[in-house]
Amino acid sequence: MTVESTTGTLLSVEDLRVDFPTFDGVVHAVDGVSYTLEHGATLGIVGESGSGKTVGALTLIGLTRTQGAEVSGRIMFDGRDLLTVSKDELRHIRGNEIAMIFQDPLSSLHPQFRVGSQIVEAMRIHRSITRSAARVRAMELLELVGIPDPRRRVDQYPHEFSGGMRQRVMIAMALANEPKLLIADEPTTALDVTVQAQILALLERLRRELGMAIIMITHDLGVVAQIADRIAVMYAGRIVEAADSRRLFGVPQHPYTWGLLRSIPTLDGPRGVELLPIPGRPPSLIHPPSGCHFHPRCAYALPSHSTIDPVLAMSDAEAPSHLSACLLDQGQRAAAWAALKSGGTPEQARQAAGIADIAVPVPEAEIAG
Amino acid sequence: MSPGETLIEVRNATKHFPISKGIVFKRNVGAVRAVDGVSFEVRAGETLGIVGETGCGKSTTARLITRLLDVTSGEVLFEGRDITKLKGPDLKAIRREMQMIFQDPYSSLNPRKTVGAIIADPFVIHGLETGPGERKKRVQELMDRVGLNPEHYNRYPHEFSGGQRQRIGVARALALKPKLIIADEPVSALDVSIQAQILNLLRELQREFGLTMIFIAHDLAVVRHMCDRVAVMYLGKIVEMAPSDTLYTLPRHRYTGALLSAVPVADPDLAQRERHLLGGDVPSPANPPEGCRFHPRCSHAGPICATDEPALTDMGGGTVAACHFPIAEDEVGDLLPVARGSERL
Repeated sequence: MTVESTTGTLLSVEDLRVDFPTFDGVVHAVDGVSYTLEHGATLGIVGESGSGKTVGALTLIGLTRTQGAEVSGRIMFDGRDLLTVSKDELRHIRGNEIAMIFQDPLSSLHPQFRVGSQIVEAMRIHRSITRSAARVRAMELLELVGIPDPRRRVDQYPHEFSGGMRQRVMIAMALANEPKLLIADEPTTALDVTVQAQILALLERLRRELGMAIIMITHDLGVVAQIADRIAVMYAGRIVEAADSRRLFGVPQHPYTWGLLRSIPTLDGPRGVELLPIPGRPPSLIHPPSGCHFHPRCAYALPSHSTIDPVLAMSDAEAPSHLSACLLDQGQRAAAWAALKSGGTPEQARQAAGIADIAVPVPEAEIAG
Repeated sequence: MSPGETLIEVRNATKHFPISKGIVFKRNVGAVRAVDGVSFEVRAGETLGIVGETGCGKSTTARLITRLLDVTSGEVLFEGRDITKLKGPDLKAIRREMQMIFQDPYSSLNPRKTVGAIIADPFVIHGLETGPGERKKRVQELMDRVGLNPEHYNRYPHEFSGGQRQRIGVARALALKPKLIIADEPVSALDVSIQAQILNLLRELQREFGLTMIFIAHDLAVVRHMCDRVAVMYLGKIVEMAPSDTLYTLPRHRYTGALLSAVPVADPDLAQRERHLLGGDVPSPANPPEGCRFHPRCSHAGPICATDEPALTDMGGGTVAACHFPIAEDEVGDLLPVARGSERL
């Protein structure tokens, strides 16, 4: 993490926990998550469905308050704890200092109002500005996010825009009050690749020009590689690995990250090799597995891993910002990843790490996905 | 049918959906040209991939082949026989030979039927395996084969995860031992770690049963992994068709190049650079551009592109592409993240 003179910590999340009491038991959606974000930096949060990435982000702007969630921890944003601020203050922060864009831009826009008036409304809620001035600003914003002919487009309805253009409208609306932080929750998942590339380039340009920080939530490793400075990998409500982008893809430390990297087909690898899926499926958040939450699906789990719960800690003395929550020691991890990276199977990686002879009890029911 | 023979051939197929106006007196005011003159063939045992953006006509093409939609014009030959005019028992017989796997494992399974009943449906429809207990036995064999616990025969779809549901869809498609499987975005609704499980399963089954497959997806890396040949569609037309290895190292059509360039690569070293961004959106298929349909978005378009529609021509190496100014070999390195990767090494 580089701290420049003009930057500092914008957001610091400490031991955030979000529990939802349900009929079946308490769902531990977010289970002790901590991270920090500098002004103007981009954090990528990667995880599968149910890993807690979205709930964590919604909690930042207080959207889980009304859903009966039990939240603990601290979310320090610009010197205030977002978990304890009043409703009114939170409403002032939300949409003004922190803005959010969602996966599906069609359902996030009101179908019966012109896009211009929706952007104008977003501005007039937070600042005293005349309708006509806000309208001029809305046109500027539409132009800023690359919508051609904003004079005409400002008076059109959402259905008159394509998917990519709607997402641009959402971004324009999010930018209306010059937020310090933009939370983007799977903003390109519903879009085609060519449009996705446009939106990612747009976000990157806006971050540079406006100096806002971005939290990019996605399941797509390609997308975070494209845009994030720092990446946190979430599994079962926790961050299992966090590192600068280059290190995460270059020397990943956690077996779950290895699994993600080895289970996606690439455009350049040898064709026809079998993918290495992660066996089983994500665990229940009501009754998470004992010990390391990943151990039932982990090819490198040792018997002790089902009882010891790893903490997220520095994994390499040379890179203090690279954190991982894995019980293997550093040598074992390095050897295993080296074997995997050169195309080896998990079996060969176990050999390389010197843990091949240790029997691992993998429950039968967990094998078939 | 031995491998290498043509199993299915599509000849100049078109599908136009009429756009009508008026409430009492309906009149047609135009047509969405979803598929507009598509020709290709698939040989027995091979996997043909069809890629393209939303609205390019890839799913419509699949539905034309399976006769879920009827062609507006053109022919679909299955084992040399035109199936576009088949009716009644003949149509039912041909449908046994081809099955589909759909994108959404939530909406493609009837929530009120047990998994056993869903997978047995093909037998019921075609009146097969009528002996006592035979259907259940076959269904349980199928469940076992696709990695489901046969004891879960009496469970309902909601009791299964997305990946397991997609396995149910695969088992149902395999039940009648079809010759052709059409998989329409079979993994795009699944999580990354589950995707690989389903892709591996499909490949295993294809080898085991000698299936011919048409694999439709928008994820170019997944298509590369699964397919022998790939057809790239844009606005209802095939703009390029090539063997996988060739297509991903030497794309010839400008649109293919732009698509490949847009794929985010899970490697920050390759990602941090200016990319060849394709501007604009896909135009409406109701009113496609004159000439080459890609020319309004193409960075290399010349005057000829706006007037003359390029024909699919042989570019060598098994590639056919419809482009007036195809990508030259020395341009590829600048365009593709993959090629840059090999330079870096």
